[in-house]
Amino acid sequence: MAQRGIREYDGKRILAQNWEDYFGDAFSYDFKSVLITPETDLDRLPEEHPWLKETPLVAKPDMLFGKRGKLGLILFKKEKPGDVSWEDAKEWIKQKMAEEVEINGVKGYLTHFLVEPFVPHQPEEEYYVAITTDEDEDIIYMSAFGGIDVEENWDKVVEVRIPINASDEEIKKLIEENVPADIKDREKYADFVYRLYKLFKDLHFTYLEINPLVIVGDKVYPLDFVGRVDDTAQFVAGRKWGELDFPAGFGRELTPEEKYIKEMDEKSGASLKLTILNPEGRIWTLVAGGGASVVYSDTVADLGAVKELANYGEYSGNPTRAETREYVKTVFDLMTRNKHPEGDKILIIGGAIANFTDVAKTFEGIIDAMKEYADKLKDVGIKVYVRRGGPNYEIGLKRIKEAAEELGIPIEVYGPETHMTEIVKKAIEENKVA
Amino acid sequence: MSKPDYLLFDRNTKAIFWNLNRNAIQRMLDYDYVVGREPSVVAIVAPTQSRKFDKFFYGTNEIMIPIYRSTPEAAKDFPEADVLLNFASFRTAYDVTMEALDIPTIRTIAITAEGIPERFARTMRIKAKELGKWLIGPATVGGIAPGAFRIANTGGTIENIVNSKLHRPGSVGLVTRSGGLFNELSNVIARNANGIAEGIAIGGDRYPGTDFLDHMLRYEKNPQVKFMVLLGEVGGTLELRVAEAIKEGKITKPVIAWCIGTISKHFGGEVQFGHAGAKAGAEAETADAKNAALREAGALVPTSFNELPELIRGVYEELHAKGEIPDIVEPEVPPIPEDYAKAVKAGKVRRPTNFICTISDDRGEEATYCGVPISEVVEKGYSIADVIGLLWFKKKFPEWASNFLDMVIKVVADHGPAVSGAHNTKVTARAGKDLMSSIVTGILTIGPRFGGAIDGAAKYFKMAKEKGMDPVEFVDYMKKVEKIPIPGIGHRIKSTKNPDKRVELLKNFAKEHFPSTELLDYALEVEKVTTSKKENLILNVDGTIGVLLVDMFRALGYKDEEIDELINAGAFNAFFVLGRTIGFIGHYLDEKRLDMPLYRHPTDDILYDVKRPEGA
Repeated sequence: MAQRGIREYDGKRILAQNWEDYFGDAFSYDFKSVLITPETDLDRLPEEHPWLKETPLVAKPDMLFGKRGKLGLILFKKEKPGDVSWEDAKEWIKQKMAEEVEINGVKGYLTHFLVEPFVPHQPEEEYYVAITTDEDEDIIYMSAFGGIDVEENWDKVVEVRIPINASDEEIKKLIEENVPADIKDREKYADFVYRLYKLFKDLHFTYLEINPLVIVGDKVYPLDFVGRVDDTAQFVAGRKWGELDFPAGFGRELTPEEKYIKEMDEKSGASLKLTILNPEGRIWTLVAGGGASVVYSDTVADLGAVKELANYGEYSGNPTRAETREYVKTVFDLMTRNKHPEGDKILIIGGAIANFTDVAKTFEGIIDAMKEYADKLKDVGIKVYVRRGGPNYEIGLKRIKEAAEELGIPIEVYGPETHMTEIVKKAIEENKVA
Repeated sequence: MSKPDYLLFDRNTKAIFWNLNRNAIQRMLDYDYVVGREPSVVAIVAPTQSRKFDKFFYGTNEIMIPIYRSTPEAAKDFPEADVLLNFASFRTAYDVTMEALDIPTIRTIAITAEGIPERFARTMRIKAKELGKWLIGPATVGGIAPGAFRIANTGGTIENIVNSKLHRPGSVGLVTRSGGLFNELSNVIARNANGIAEGIAIGGDRYPGTDFLDHMLRYEKNPQVKFMVLLGEVGGTLELRVAEAIKEGKITKPVIAWCIGTISKHFGGEVQFGHAGAKAGAEAETADAKNAALREAGALVPTSFNELPELIRGVYEELHAKGEIPDIVEPEVPPIPEDYAKAVKAGKVRRPTNFICTISDDRGEEATYCGVPISEVVEKGYSIADVIGLLWFKKKFPEWASNFLDMVIKVVADHGPAVSGAHNTKVTARAGKDLMSSIVTGILTIGPRFGGAIDGAAKYFKMAKEKGMDPVEFVDYMKKVEKIPIPGIGHRIKSTKNPDKRVELLKNFAKEHFPSTELLDYALEVEKVTTSKKENLILNVDGTIGVLLVDMFRALGYKDEEIDELINAGAFNAFFVLGRTIGFIGHYLDEKRLDMPLYRHPTDDILYDVKRPEGA
């Protein structure tokens, strides 16, 4: 994979767990945060975290989406800021978990909340720091005007570009020279940013934002934290991350079929992907290879049939016969649930010219599934178009053709002499889709 | 020999291959053979390999390629190798690359590993740029310079390479991201134009070591390349740099370009199409925006992937008609000898075997003893004697036979430190030798005089019984014709009055459990004759075992000749060798525990009778 968003809670936990190594001799951080999920026993939580009952609190959803303040999803006051008790927070969270909400046009339920002590401070104490990556440089953004209006004040943000192979001295110098003038204790702020950048690099963050950042003397209060890490660095930074989960975005619930394929994918050395775009669609695809699968989807859309495109998916990396069979059965199950009012359904079995995948072997799995679903496929009406090349493709194409014809399923097969996406054009024209 | 800067590979390019990836290396050598160049892989780096070389085929011949523990060592011996094919895993690929970048003779590094952290990828990339070196990848199959050099698996099978005209240079410069579509595009270009002059798959990661433009600028300078094909992808801005370069006139040759992922506009950011990195972060990174930018810059952009072949054909035919692209004389392609294993699988060849094995098989999921999986041997509680039955005689012994053999092994396991075998073992152990040497000196004393009586007894008693000799006749025969004492008869101290308890146990067991003890009964008749002459001429333990083994095999259905074969093959003696080895190992371990010094035999225990020969 690549860059993955992490929860605010995990971001702060990672800061706290690595505090000694990066900030210990200069700054202190009193890490008090709890993550609440539907499984959390709210009544017992104060036993573990007595401060919940001893201090005013802030509560907010912790599910990767931002602008929570503007969405009214941060609880920090009833009458006035800093009067939220544990009981209040608990009630609010229960209520918010129960109701469906819409965030950026996506409907869903809130499941994860962060609760921490309320930190009283003045708006002018709210600083901003963010670090991101570019090709050959990292970019640090610094501002004395943090808080929810940072975007409105973007002209006051100073951008420093740090060459990725810069020495510690160079980094220090670049930061110190560029600390915005409006920051009160510029030296302190620069020192903090320098240390934060070191942690950013060592822990393979790809994005990190603390806004607002409040520094009082040596005490640091990262009031909000947004982070993304490079999950391929697990083998380098995993120990420093601790147990870290990478949640899906808000409201991205998978269908049972998608979930089934995802689980299979995680267990397998091969790659198996399935996304359902339109379960009522007429065109279904079974495509081998990450690049080829995109090309087939593109072509369906480019030829004007995108509204009939039922799924996106791919299988690659030499799946076993059983894995292929299960994958194909899942697609067949979905496509045979109901008839399409305009005619037969279309199945595109496509792929580029394989490097070393034994085409005949992978087709065996498809044939197995076809035999099992033959009756259902015929009931719903189906036309199959195949195009594939690579080792043993002749045998593979011959076998799938024979199998389909024996089962009474209409099929056309093509090899590498036919352009990869030509079958999409054929299928759309012959069946008058679009 | 030096090649122009715009070429990364030519027919003389030599490469060091990091990781002993036998298949990929063999494929490169197959390619070398097909295009008629000398082997391109000159050294392999594999830090954990203890071997110094490995063998590969070049055509029908085998060649040796040296294996080194580190890249600098390999590079020192092969300074002419300017390419490193980094096939290390995602964990080590970064370190391997960083080390190799510091080696002056290495100019180009291809990295296949997927999942290298972005920060590492960026660091490698900038270091390579500063040094003016070329990184291809990470996360790529590599690339190919047709007719000259193939990176590892690029192009797939040899059949596909020839079908896609990747075995000789064409006129098109190709750049793609992934390897899967690289193959497809090579094929399209071979069918609609005259094939590619060079092709690079830059890899699917966010930060490729070199990108489309880097290679297209090389193609621009390469006179062999007449036009270029770029297959881009949604996400990132690499294709926009190409558009920029066309606008600025840095690229003047015709460019046919297409970015895949146009589908994504229909589903917003909700659906992840293709590679994880292939996601538009901004409007400018969408496939449509990039296709539009390329078109505007002057590249030839089709309306869909499906139109790509026609566009390629059009440009080719136009340039060909103008005489800018010459006709190619297709080279002869020597057939690649088929791999033996593959040919066998396909049922195309056969070969007589040199060895036969009928007792065990290690080819399946689990090794078997005479068809019985080892797990079953354990689960069903087979005894050591049962295992001997399977492996020595290919029989599942009945319980009485197994129990008898078990008893035999126990009885012969040791006979004190003074017998020749144990003594030798001890002396050798005390000389500081290892287990194998020590017990072997013991085993080597087993023969006609030590332990060999089992075979002898079985042989002679059986013979006598078969010939119908009565006991007196037999004793007489041994004395007058064979002129040897009867094997298995006689003991140093035991006698009729002081019987050997081991013999009693064996006899009693056989009487109780053997279906028949014909030969034992005969031997006991013989014993009556011999003991009447001298009290200690009893049937001893070797003799008892010998005749009882004959009785046992007979009861198991063996014919007389078959039993003779067993005896002649040493199968009876084998029980003694096996059993007594237990004792030898005991004596060896005993010596190691005691840590006794080197043994020197006392001179007063030797009769010295040394005389000068006459005339000396």
